[in-house]
Amino acid sequence: MSITDIEITQKLAHEDDHHEEHHDQPFIFKYIFSTDHKTIAKQFLITGIFWAILGGGLSVIFRLQLGFPDMDMGFLQPILGNWISNTGKLDPEFYLAMITMHGTIMVFFVLTAGLSGTFSNFLIPLQIGARDMASGFLNLLSYWFFFLSSVVMFISMFLSTGPASGGWTIYPPLSALPQAMSGSGTGMTLWLVSMVFFIASTLLGGINYITTVINLRTEGMSFRRLPLTIWAFFITAVLGLLSFPVLVACVLLLVFDRSFGTSFYLSEIFIGGEALPNLGGSPILFQHLFWFLGHPEVYIVILPALGITSEVISTNSRKPIFGYTAMIGSILAIAFLSFIVWAHHMFITGMNPFLGSIFMFLTLIIAIPSAVKAFNYITTLWKGNLIFTPAMLFSIGLVSFFISGGLTGLFLGNAAVDISLHDTYFVVAHFHLVMGSAAFFGLLAGVYHWFPKMFGRMMDEKLGYIHFWLTFVGVYLVFFPLHYIGIAGFPRRYYSFTNFDAFQSFTDLNAFVTVAAAITFGAQFIFLFNFFYNIFKGKKAPLNPWNSNTLEWTTPRIPEHGNWPGDIPKVYRWPYDYSKPGAKDDFIPQTVPYSETPESNTDFDNEMMKNEGITK
Amino acid sequence: MLNIIVIAAIVLILVILFAIYRVSSLVDIIKGESHNKVSSANGFQGTLMLLFLIFGLIGGFYYSFGGLDDDFILPVASEHGVVTDKLFWWTMGITGFVFVVTQIFLFGFAWKYQHRENQVAYYYPHNNKLETIWTIIPAIVLAILVFTGWKAWVDITGESPEGSEVVEIMGYQYAWAVRYPGADSKLGEYDYRKIDATNQMGIDFADRASFDDFIPREIHVPKGKPVLFKIRARDVIHSVYQPHFRLQMNAVPGMPTQFWFVPTKSTADMQAETKNPDFQYELVCNKICGKGHFAMRYIIVVDEPEDYKKWFDSQEPWLKQNADYLTEVPANLRESASIVAGIELPEVDFSNGIISSGSK
Repeated sequence: MSITDIEITQKLAHEDDHHEEHHDQPFIFKYIFSTDHKTIAKQFLITGIFWAILGGGLSVIFRLQLGFPDMDMGFLQPILGNWISNTGKLDPEFYLAMITMHGTIMVFFVLTAGLSGTFSNFLIPLQIGARDMASGFLNLLSYWFFFLSSVVMFISMFLSTGPASGGWTIYPPLSALPQAMSGSGTGMTLWLVSMVFFIASTLLGGINYITTVINLRTEGMSFRRLPLTIWAFFITAVLGLLSFPVLVACVLLLVFDRSFGTSFYLSEIFIGGEALPNLGGSPILFQHLFWFLGHPEVYIVILPALGITSEVISTNSRKPIFGYTAMIGSILAIAFLSFIVWAHHMFITGMNPFLGSIFMFLTLIIAIPSAVKAFNYITTLWKGNLIFTPAMLFSIGLVSFFISGGLTGLFLGNAAVDISLHDTYFVVAHFHLVMGSAAFFGLLAGVYHWFPKMFGRMMDEKLGYIHFWLTFVGVYLVFFPLHYIGIAGFPRRYYSFTNFDAFQSFTDLNAFVTVAAAITFGAQFIFLFNFFYNIFKGKKAPLNPWNSNTLEWTTPRIPEHGNWPGDIPKVYRWPYDYSKPGAKDDFIPQTVPYSETPESNTDFDNEMMKNEGITK
Repeated sequence: MLNIIVIAAIVLILVILFAIYRVSSLVDIIKGESHNKVSSANGFQGTLMLLFLIFGLIGGFYYSFGGLDDDFILPVASEHGVVTDKLFWWTMGITGFVFVVTQIFLFGFAWKYQHRENQVAYYYPHNNKLETIWTIIPAIVLAILVFTGWKAWVDITGESPEGSEVVEIMGYQYAWAVRYPGADSKLGEYDYRKIDATNQMGIDFADRASFDDFIPREIHVPKGKPVLFKIRARDVIHSVYQPHFRLQMNAVPGMPTQFWFVPTKSTADMQAETKNPDFQYELVCNKICGKGHFAMRYIIVVDEPEDYKKWFDSQEPWLKQNADYLTEVPANLRESASIVAGIELPEVDFSNGIISSGSK
């Protein structure tokens, strides 16, 4: 520990000089090309919000097609132009483009960049007691690579041939051959370019998060005293660092197949009236490479949300998180297992059934640490003194979705049951609950909880309540019915169901889902108003509005570059001393030494107190 | 004009909402509520949690047990489908139980332990015994699910029984093509380079086994006998999906796949069971394959075995229907090809490989 301490002190001294120099930065460096982690976090957040509106808006349009197939969509012509025919019908190929863009945007731009990018950046230095990220410049690059990636993806949506349309999983040969669908032309090229920039952004961010957590923790902030948020962001960054490069490899081979005539994924194809020369490739190879990223990716999406939830639930239950060690253990177990379950997406792709058996075993094992997390959240609520801030409500909502969606994973992870459920609406319901909505609720909980620290003002609580209930009930009304439709065998990614006798049912339910989706989407504008209005007009926030223990609440109302005006505070205890018996308040911040709280110390704490003297 | 009125109305509503918001937040400040630790709406949120739990559970059960207009459980029509359905319902029972219990605890605790002024939260950081219990119990339950699922999976994906009826299904944008092995029960070779506008499946007539292969308009399979689908695709990935048979397997270009099953109900049986005289088994494409993905329908007819035999024997070899392709048969095999395919063409001059004109 002593070596690290010296390094930290040196760093401190250095950063302090730095801090003084930067007081009057020009606008462009303060707000645009900023190296301050807080500004970069806000940039990620605002960009993420932009993408969320776009991705959500797309889903409402294609839900209209599914819920009201006979509807005249002529009114969308001003926005969608020729993608709406003169008879007011949505173009079937553009329908596929929209579901592809919805998936890509939500998974990568909103729930990876918008969630990890925002909260890892914002919270890691603030909660571990650091002046900034290990490398502010790499952090700046991380955001601007993401921005570049966003611009390229956005441009692709305005191509006359449409953006990528082969589903967000872009399985070749469909995505490799422009003859197969028009979106596989320039649209797909831009998708691939955008994704390479995106991966660069994720890796730059991830390296930074990992380095910062390992090296820049303040004095006394051992790994055993890290808030669970930081544990989650840390492990998420490790996952990203190990899995995203595989996606680069996967995408690069696809680029070769598309542009340079190689045959990594292509073999024995006759299309557009001619036999292609490619021989010996395997589309299954692509799926293996893709899901080797793709499955860790769903944990990259959900783990930060679970981290945020741990913090919010504990704070607002006024209770320590139940089973801190078990929570860390389950994060580690999930992270490890997430790398060896990818082929459960491929049970019926023609992969060797023996592999299917192996992956079924591994997949169902990952349910155990997930279950432990859910049980621990519930036990944290038990005998608490719950304060329902909007952040708390969204966290409880997250746990509910995580359970509902997680349980349906037991059907899909079972290869035999998956045969009839694979690629039906059951899958759509499953992952929208467990990963989509749960992670989205984590994002919202985070925004509501840390808004006061981000902007120094409070969001309106009542609008938060309305937003929560409309969204929470709305999400269940959208995705719960989809289970029934899925069990009935309705395939996903269908433009319409009119061609099959077997799928003539459930027209009312589909219409109902569409209405629920539109209302849920509409409710998000309450949030947008609450967010943007209160950045400027909100009530000024107190220093520690939620009576929380973690370090970020020891900073000034609006922390400057460098976060703490004086020395970085030292940490003496874990972050979850809420309602400790004997203590005068129901919370004891991490910066309070044991020697100041003799009334609430346990024997173990008194032991720790002896060490305090030494480190001082 | 109407548009302007609508827009004006929306703007007006937004302005009113904004005014209400301003007034209510000002009222809050005057009442001094913002100084309280917990807002007065806290208890109301707790009540809403309880109401959500109650109405959510009632709604869920109502819909699951007959509240929907349409039945979401498709009648099962294959032997392995009965097994996977059983697994499905076992899983449903277990997860349903866990779902109800955990949601009751989650929302019930949220309601019960809502903030009260003189209530103190119970400092309860961990309990190793409890955590061990809820690690081990899910582990055991999952082990049982995995084991039963694994057994079913191995049976389903194992070798097809001797003497299975073989049907080749090929997916292409945006339809299916189906080939039967004909009288010799052997499918001929194919080569994707031989595909043209007529020879859609690229049948290779250098192979003797292909002479009697036939390509019908519908799939017919016999009830109660094992059927082996040999599956391939010629352009992009498709997926052979039949919900009633609980059957699904991707069709992959360059990598043939297969799936075998035993249909247990003939089309007529199903028409009686579903009380729908027009019922047909439909083959569905279930892997995104382009703009016509949603329209790749193909009829599967399940016959009684004797009807199937009759149908099978009445089919004409493809080569007979497209006698021009005799030119693709190697010269030394043409005579036997025309005999096997039943082509009566005494005029064909086998020596130069040209079918004399006016032979019909």
